Amino acid sequence: MGMAIDRDDTQFHVLAVDDSLIDRKLIERLLKTSSFQVTAVDSGSKALEFLGLNNNDADDDEEDEQRDSNTESVSSDEDQDHQDLGLGVNLIITDYCMPGMTGYDLLKKIKKSSSFKDIPVVIMSSENIPSRINRCLEDGAEEFFLKPVQLSDVNKLRPHLMKGRSKDIDSSHKTTSTRLITSGN
Amino acid sequence: MDRNRLHNQVASMRRSLFDQLEELQDDTNPNFVQEVVTLFYNDSTRLIQNIEQALNSRPIDFCKLDDYMHQFKGSSSSIGAKKVTNECTAFREYCNAENAEGCIRSFQQVKQEHAILKRKLEVYLQTVRQASQTA
Repeated sequence: MGMAIDRDDTQFHVLAVDDSLIDRKLIERLLKTSSFQVTAVDSGSKALEFLGLNNNDADDDEEDEQRDSNTESVSSDEDQDHQDLGLGVNLIITDYCMPGMTGYDLLKKIKKSSSFKDIPVVIMSSENIPSRINRCLEDGAEEFFLKPVQLSDVNKLRPHLMKGRSKDIDSSHKTTSTRLITSGN
Repeated sequence: MDRNRLHNQVASMRRSLFDQLEELQDDTNPNFVQEVVTLFYNDSTRLIQNIEQALNSRPIDFCKLDDYMHQFKGSSSSIGAKKVTNECTAFREYCNAENAEGCIRSFQQVKQEHAILKRKLEVYLQTVRQASQTA
């Protein structure tokens, strides 16, 4: 009957971002071994594209929020559109050192986005630089993993995902009536 | 050659070479280690060539050198190649100090360790091929 959540409730979807092919293969395998659904991309801009955010969108969100406060149902539709485009991403794990947009840049853009700021972001790096680690954590990263990432690191992700999942359920109860009208599924 | 013996040989090589990667290979992904090893083999060979070229050009572009070495060190570390990774660390220190001589010397060590590793990887890949042929 097309109720609120039509995805498989038990599988979390992780978006992995890393410019190194080997590291992408490894993180994908690590995540799949832990029963996560995985999408792996090779850059921050591809990650934003996948989420349905252009580089512009991330900065325009403040304008959107002003416009949307007048029409509540429109704002939840737009959020829903963004989230549908993002194909239900529950967590983003990204390498820090990437050409163009670093993992830190990506973190900032996600946290500025009204649609995606609540998605947990985890940063990975091969370099153990305390000031870098602290900055990422202070600016919203849930965890910082040193490479090579281990299965035990990936196991730390689940609590962050469970937290997000219960928030999803709460907000879906609030917007259920809107979805029934507009979804038409 | 006895099939079981070959398969056991492959398994124990895998364990000793890549104990981390071993965790990630299972029945649903029986070729995972082989794929990663092949990737690394080709990728690292390419990077070594790039670094060699960069070291031979004048003036030396230390930024580019560091970039290549960062990639090379990253993949080496990811597959668990400790000796190669350590030599890379030494190299990067010379690179940061823009010490050309130090880089050139250190790179010889990197190449040496990488050559040893490549040999092990070649033997591993050959053994895997043999084992799959007798399967």
